Amino acid sequence: MELTEGLAAISQNNWPSLDYDVGVVNNLASRLFPAGFYYKTFIQPRAAWKHIFEPVIRAAAGLGKAPREADADRYEYTYAHTDVLVVGGGIAGLLAARSAAASGLDVTVLEQTSHWGGRMLTDGEMVDGTPAADWVAEAVAALEAMPNVTLLTRTMGAGVFDHGYILGYERLTDHAPEDTGPRHRLWRIRAGRVVTATGALERPLSFAGNDVPGVMLASAVRDYVELWGVSPGDRTVIVANNDDAYRTAIVLKRAGLDVPLILDARPAAIGPLPREARELGIRVEVGKGVARVLGHAFVTGVEVCSQAGQGAPLETVLCDCVAMSGGWSPVVHLWSHCGGKLVWDADQALFRPDPDRPPTGADGAGFVIATGSANGHLGTTAAAEDAVAAGQRAAGEAGGTAPPDTAVPEVTEIPEEPLEPVWLMPQGASKKLRAKAFLDYQNDVKVADVQLATQEGFESVEHAKRYTTLGMATDQGKLSNINGLATLSHALNADIPQVGTTTFRPPYTPISMGAIAGEARGPLFKPTRKTPMDAWHETNGAQWEPVAEWRRPYCYRQKGESTKDAVMREIRATRTGVGMLDASTLGKILVTGPDAGRFLDLVYTNMMSTLKPGRCRYGLMCTENGFLFDDGVVARIDEQTFLCHTTSGGSDRVHGWFEEWLQTEWWDLQVFTANLTEQYAQVAVVGPQARTVLGSLGGLDVSAEALPFMGWAEGTLAGIPARVFRISFSGELSYEVAVPAGQGQAFWDAVREAGAPHGITPYGTEALHVMRAEKGFIMIGDETDGTVIPQDLGLSWAVSKKKADFIGKRAQERSHLTDPNRKQLVGLETLEPQTVLPDGAHAVEGTRKDGKPQMIGHVTSTYYSPTLDRSIAMALIKGGARRMGEVLEFPVEKDRTIRARVVDPVFYDKEGARQNV
Amino acid sequence: MSDVTITRLAAQGMITLKGDLTAATLATAVADVTGLDMVAAREIRRGDDRGLAWMAPDELLLLLPHAEVPSALAAIDSAMGDTPHLAADVSDARAVFRMSGDPRRILAKGTPADLRPSKFGPGEIRRTRLGQVAVAFWLTDEDAAELVCFTSVADFVADWLDNAAA
Repeated sequence: MELTEGLAAISQNNWPSLDYDVGVVNNLASRLFPAGFYYKTFIQPRAAWKHIFEPVIRAAAGLGKAPREADADRYEYTYAHTDVLVVGGGIAGLLAARSAAASGLDVTVLEQTSHWGGRMLTDGEMVDGTPAADWVAEAVAALEAMPNVTLLTRTMGAGVFDHGYILGYERLTDHAPEDTGPRHRLWRIRAGRVVTATGALERPLSFAGNDVPGVMLASAVRDYVELWGVSPGDRTVIVANNDDAYRTAIVLKRAGLDVPLILDARPAAIGPLPREARELGIRVEVGKGVARVLGHAFVTGVEVCSQAGQGAPLETVLCDCVAMSGGWSPVVHLWSHCGGKLVWDADQALFRPDPDRPPTGADGAGFVIATGSANGHLGTTAAAEDAVAAGQRAAGEAGGTAPPDTAVPEVTEIPEEPLEPVWLMPQGASKKLRAKAFLDYQNDVKVADVQLATQEGFESVEHAKRYTTLGMATDQGKLSNINGLATLSHALNADIPQVGTTTFRPPYTPISMGAIAGEARGPLFKPTRKTPMDAWHETNGAQWEPVAEWRRPYCYRQKGESTKDAVMREIRATRTGVGMLDASTLGKILVTGPDAGRFLDLVYTNMMSTLKPGRCRYGLMCTENGFLFDDGVVARIDEQTFLCHTTSGGSDRVHGWFEEWLQTEWWDLQVFTANLTEQYAQVAVVGPQARTVLGSLGGLDVSAEALPFMGWAEGTLAGIPARVFRISFSGELSYEVAVPAGQGQAFWDAVREAGAPHGITPYGTEALHVMRAEKGFIMIGDETDGTVIPQDLGLSWAVSKKKADFIGKRAQERSHLTDPNRKQLVGLETLEPQTVLPDGAHAVEGTRKDGKPQMIGHVTSTYYSPTLDRSIAMALIKGGARRMGEVLEFPVEKDRTIRARVVDPVFYDKEGARQNV
Repeated sequence: MSDVTITRLAAQGMITLKGDLTAATLATAVADVTGLDMVAAREIRRGDDRGLAWMAPDELLLLLPHAEVPSALAAIDSAMGDTPHLAADVSDARAVFRMSGDPRRILAKGTPADLRPSKFGPGEIRRTRLGQVAVAFWLTDEDAAELVCFTSVADFVADWLDNAAA
């Protein structure tokens, strides 16, 4: 977290207050809150969880609050491609980048902090004879000068995924809140090779009171002093099992701060760093450790004990800071995200990447190369050599050819004696001490909890993790993992590698929800498709309805009118005079070629090849399983060309379906298709006065003789090029006119003007639905749900019995699909005509074995029909075709059952007299 | 970070032509209408007020003045004769945007296509997506690009580009 002027920060883990941390109360009452406590305690009573336990525990867990207001910031994605991606900008990352970039390939380097150099800036080594910080500055400047290198700071490598896909998380303005740009950017990177130079994390030591504020990792104490000029404490006790922690003592001492004591758990400390510490006058005690930390809200001192013992205090040392170091663990997360495996390095007591089992790409080769301390090379010289080699290898594998730079810088490295693994301090710590020795600081998991888990039989590392919640907090076990595993293996009397690790999952550390959403919020959340007449609808009272990605007018409300009244008005006006509908969303697929007729015979259930040019035919399309998935009117344009209308939501799907069959199965057919849906605006002019209105526009002849029912004609209307299809989805005299989309609004206006003397009424999708239901026309998605075949809907007439084959034919011959007791489409008339059945209401008949009512079907469409002045509905009912006249029961509430009579689904003008005039 | 100017262009005449792109008849028909030689995969050629773009192994996009589309369609059909093909006016189905400044920076926020100059430069077209919508784009020079989307999402794309450029 970078501090900025005016930043307001709120502590999280302090409920109800820092002085009274509920977690500390847990410690005092540890009988109440042992591991597995949640599972055991909150099972009963169930309601108590939601209302009492969960809110309290959530508050106590202190994992932040969900915001109540909308996020004021902006976020975005950026896609990037690179040959080599280096994650980490320490010495290993910079060297790997340099040697990879020498090949001329594109190299991108991500560094999660605001500065380059990693630990080099504080560890006091010399590189190529200059202080490390100067070397870093020169190395970065040299990389910046290379046109093929991209350097990004404040950008975390969050996750590694299949096919060399990496997520980077860039914090753009968290440190500069006055900037107006996006707050975070999610980088979606494709890389030929990924080099993880992610460094290592220091491990805490497990001693009683290691969670008291003022107990810190030794490296963190050093960073505060060296990087930021902050003193963590006046008197710091160091406790460690390695030489590296002595650097912290030396830094503190040189800064003029007091280091009263270094406790080294090893039997001897003889390396150059301990020697330097001693020479500075710092007291070093070997074979000793911390028995417990004194203090409550902050450190006041430590009790010293023998590491080999049980924690009997030898002396008390006053201090206000404890710097601890249990050694270092390579950051193997990114290596592991996509399946890279680890090996246990017993000499260094750490897991490191197993070079023989890397995450593999599409070609079977490893695509991640770990390097530096992330690869287990904790010494700088070894890390530098490894990094140069890793950069060369990455460039070579990513296709680089130029001779790479092989120069490894000279590091004046101070040799270190080996560490001695310490998993519990002191090694024989009493139960009381173990219960206060923290493994997971975020989830409050102690050594005693993991031991309890094994006692209760949770021996697998994944089980123990879930039972104790070890490593399940937002840090994903970065501090606790190795110590927890070691504790578990000790309790099981097994070796650490036999216990294994839990799974590392992305992101490396949490990333913001905003970055994940990117720009997709507000108006950009989802595309809205608009027809050419959208603006007119908007200004004329349209109540919008989403239809797939389109928005369509549900109805047009006039002043003071309810939505329902508007729908009723639109239907009456259309049935008695003339209405007009924006049908532009209708799918329009052009299919042409010598084999177009053969092809359509295969994809439609009925025969299309016999259609004459100038004529239209309604058709059905089924899946290979025989289920109906789209319908529409096909117009034959010429001998080789057909225009297939699809449902509004189905145009892309149907076009893709056509192309799939043509490209993968019937590539021998000479057929081309194009989705012309958006090339045309389509206006339906519907009702007894439709012909009069169109006739008055001037242009092509729309008389019954020139343009009979189910015919189409091409010409101009009102001076606009038009195709007129005489088809009807309402049962009325009806024309659908397609004009170039750019002239859609002009044509819409011309029709409105011509229709004005006849009271022409624009209508929306609901009037369309009611009118089609009055005629018993099905709607894909209402009467179909992916399990319905045409025969269920009384559409056997549209399923060819003559054709040798069509998609779904064979499937429809299966016994289940020919069962006469399948659910079949029926019409319903409620016995009380004014009662409208709820959509989806279930019909019941008899009882099941368990005594509950037997469901025999459900309502698929239900409306109030102003034309018939009564409710109408369609339903899919078991054996419906045989039930004509039966009265069915629809229990809709506990004490209310609606009764409805099974009727023919064509409620209005069964003979079709109105449309064929 | 350079400024980016985004403008929606007036109606652009466009023809989708599908067929066997290796056939000489097709190359001749295309040359008749556009005056341009056949394009290779992912290539776009521009003449003064014409253009020719490769869209798929069996599909081209012809760019020409809007008013000339009907006569061009007739010319193609006549030149192709009995050779199977599909030629259709798609001018009104598509909107065209022009962006000048640093188009790669804007496009990279929405497209997974590789926009590195070594992989994508003037003379190439990419059919891809911008955020959630299908688009095609090409660089007219290093500092300018043109982008085509479906008309129905033109408002959405305009908002998207404005947001990305902000």
